[in-house]
Amino acid sequence: MAALILQVDGLTVSFDGFKAVDGLDFYVEQDELRCVIGPNGAGKTTLLDMICGKTKPSSGTIKFRNLELSEMIEYQITRAGVGRKFQNPSVYEDLTVFENLEISYPKKRNVFGSLFFRRTDEIAGRIETQAEQIFLRDQLRTKAGLLSHGQKQWLEIGMLLMQEPELLLLDEPVAGMSPRERELTAELLNKITAGRSLVVIEHDMTFVRMIARKVTVLHQGKLLAEGTMDEVQADERVIETYLGH
Amino acid sequence: MANRIAEPPPPGAATPAPRASPIALLFKLGLPILAALLLIAIPSFLGDFRLGLAAKYLCLAFPAVAIVLIWGYGGILSLGQGIFFGLGGYMMAMFLKLEAAAQDNTGSALSQFYGSNLPDFMVWNSVEALPWWWLPFHHLWFTLGAIVIIPAVVAFALAYANFRKRVGGVYFSIITLALASIMAIVIIGQQGVTGGANGITDFKTFVGIDLDTESAKRGMYFTTVVLLLLSVLAGMFIIRSGFGKVLVAIRDREDRVRFSGYDPAMFKAFIFAVGAVISAIGGAMFTMQVGLASPSLVGIVPSIEMVIYAAVGGRLSLVGAVYGALIVGYAKTTFSENFAEHWFYFIGGLFILVTMFLPQGIAGLLDRFRASRDRN
Amino acid sequence: MTFDIFVMQAFNGLSLFTVLVLMALGLAIVFGLMGVINMAHGELMAMGAYTTYATAQLFAKFMPSFMGIYFLVGIVFAFAVTFIFGFLLERGLIRFLYQRPLDTMLATWGLSLVLQQVFRHLFGPKEVGVPTVSWLQGAWQVSGDIQLPLSRIFIVGLTLAVSVAVYLLLFKTRWGLRIRAVTQNRAMSGAAGINTERVDAMSFALGCGLAGIAGSSFTMLASTGPVTGQQYIVDTFIVVVFGGVESLLGTFASAFLIGQMQSTLEYLLSGSMAKATILLLVIVALYFRPNGLFAAKVRR
Repeated sequence: MAALILQVDGLTVSFDGFKAVDGLDFYVEQDELRCVIGPNGAGKTTLLDMICGKTKPSSGTIKFRNLELSEMIEYQITRAGVGRKFQNPSVYEDLTVFENLEISYPKKRNVFGSLFFRRTDEIAGRIETQAEQIFLRDQLRTKAGLLSHGQKQWLEIGMLLMQEPELLLLDEPVAGMSPRERELTAELLNKITAGRSLVVIEHDMTFVRMIARKVTVLHQGKLLAEGTMDEVQADERVIETYLGH
Repeated sequence: MANRIAEPPPPGAATPAPRASPIALLFKLGLPILAALLLIAIPSFLGDFRLGLAAKYLCLAFPAVAIVLIWGYGGILSLGQGIFFGLGGYMMAMFLKLEAAAQDNTGSALSQFYGSNLPDFMVWNSVEALPWWWLPFHHLWFTLGAIVIIPAVVAFALAYANFRKRVGGVYFSIITLALASIMAIVIIGQQGVTGGANGITDFKTFVGIDLDTESAKRGMYFTTVVLLLLSVLAGMFIIRSGFGKVLVAIRDREDRVRFSGYDPAMFKAFIFAVGAVISAIGGAMFTMQVGLASPSLVGIVPSIEMVIYAAVGGRLSLVGAVYGALIVGYAKTTFSENFAEHWFYFIGGLFILVTMFLPQGIAGLLDRFRASRDRN
Repeated sequence: MTFDIFVMQAFNGLSLFTVLVLMALGLAIVFGLMGVINMAHGELMAMGAYTTYATAQLFAKFMPSFMGIYFLVGIVFAFAVTFIFGFLLERGLIRFLYQRPLDTMLATWGLSLVLQQVFRHLFGPKEVGVPTVSWLQGAWQVSGDIQLPLSRIFIVGLTLAVSVAVYLLLFKTRWGLRIRAVTQNRAMSGAAGINTERVDAMSFALGCGLAGIAGSSFTMLASTGPVTGQQYIVDTFIVVVFGGVESLLGTFASAFLIGQMQSTLEYLLSGSMAKATILLLVIVALYFRPNGLFAAKVRR
């Protein structure tokens, strides 16, 4: 078994008595691409929110390598190497694609560093390579607000990649994309998983099939099943959950 | 959020005009034109009295420039810029007052009785000894240093503490407003050591230079202009740096910036502190030239008025803020000379009209004009 | 501090509390529920106070024999005038700025300056006072040294009655349900057939009307000048923020606490220094409880 990059134990969060995530254990290995599926309200997004620091857990631990993420705040978690893509693509719409990628460059992120930041050829080169990879080479000078929904999704993934994270958390990366765009995205995700780990939330089962090696099914904040796509789809309880009502 | 996107880019941003219209030129040369106006045109055409007035408004342009940085780019509406203007102004006033008191050889019977040269208002209020915190202001370099450092530290501490706790938006505005109110109340209440409602006034010299001579006044005017232009330049440097981009990103999507690995509280606190220093320098120059540091420039009314200077010029235009301060200041003088009672209608109406119809101020108007020209 | 003085001070604090709580309840609706920062809220209070004053003048001139009831009529007028003004203000200005809270602050500040000048024109720059009606003159002799002025007892009662009415209106009527529905989910409420624009205007008007009643009550405590409202605006905002913006009960408790602290501190310091101290204390308290004293612990 490969080394674990993320180790979540007994994770619980309650909002006003309602337990959105309830005693969850969740482990991700090095270089793994994990899909998390489950019906609405299963706690998928809340799980990612807690890993990346957006929501503080009520109890439980989140170990990323040797760091306890539940005790850190968002920007520290990001700097430690965890990248998060949100459900609604959130890019800086007033900035160009180039600037969006540049702002995600993982150096000079303090006040004085950014004040005296100089764009070197090396950085510009990295940005262009990154744009190439996310199919936005020709849109570098376009304001992000003018991109299509799918392109914004790509841009946000690109921004994460600029951050050189070891763990990427992607919440519905292909929502609003055409079938062709979905294929491209699947290729992209399969490619970038070398050297990093990905956790992907997705509703689109065809897409999940394209990328998934191991799937985790959540239901009402708890772990329902885990295994390969075929195993999971054959699981009685999963069928019950998806079809039973 | 949506209307932000539709807003025109800030003037001075690197968007070369396709045609060299006069307006486009004005934008490209915004700072040189302003410099020429302030360094050459105004001093050569205005008489000494009007030059003094211009100097006064230019001092108020410092907080306006600060507000463009803090509010226009940082998205933090400070309704307490008078706090920092006042800090700078009062620190300079303490220095000037101590110098004036030391030269007071004739001396009132009372001050001779007390054996030291106390500022006159302290003598009138039967304060018998100089408070300890006045003592360092005997020294020029301490004073000049304090004018920069104290506002920076106060502003940074206040802002960082609040932003770290995610107190922002209108809440922070209300807190700055309350602090401005507190500062004015304390100054008025502690008359014996602050000069009270009358303020600190009646200065004589600055490091031995008689403040009342023509040459001294001209000198102070040019010092103000140079400091102001430097402030605008510093602002431009900040906006165009990587810091400026992060700042705008924070303004528009603070929640997202955290996940790009930045600490928004630190960035916002930094720009707030920069704004405080710029405002304090303006306050210090105001005290020197107008000869007065007064609570009437500290409280909520002047603090909010400073915002309108920036709003009239255009909240995203550093150069515009200077014009805004000059225009509103000029209007204020015109009104008070001719029909003082209508001033409140004018300034009140200005607040409403600018926010309703001209959210980008004059700079935005010029932008729109340029855009329509370019289309034709 | 002897017991007698303590009671008198506490009662003085209660008087300040009445003005603060009526102002703050109005602001809690406008700011807490609707998210609008109305910097002219103080001027609406002054408008209520001037309306009460004008009512007194009218009664003295045309119906001197009915002077006994002018104050009650004044309260109704004050509410009506500020309610209507608030309605027009929302339709004419505020609704264009809903997406821009910071701009709303500036525009309404401009309005407050204009209103102050209107007051100056109409009523003169000097402060004006109203006569105390005969049945509110005198005091209730509680014991040898404790006297509670009837006029103040009356406004305390008035404040309690208005507060209860606001509570019932918001939480026990259909109209209140609509207001709460719109403020929580505008799109959904619209889809459910609620005229959201009308609800906005009425809620804003109600908040303004409460400021008007605060103005009436203020005339019993002090005289009114053009900048009276401005002197209370910062305090009122602080009361609302301190109480927890979305909690009416919090607003009520915070007004009580601040009113009492102020009157206690005034006994020890000068009036203005007491005010400065309290504002500072509240700012420090807000640092530790950024959502106010009574904010519900709900994650968003």
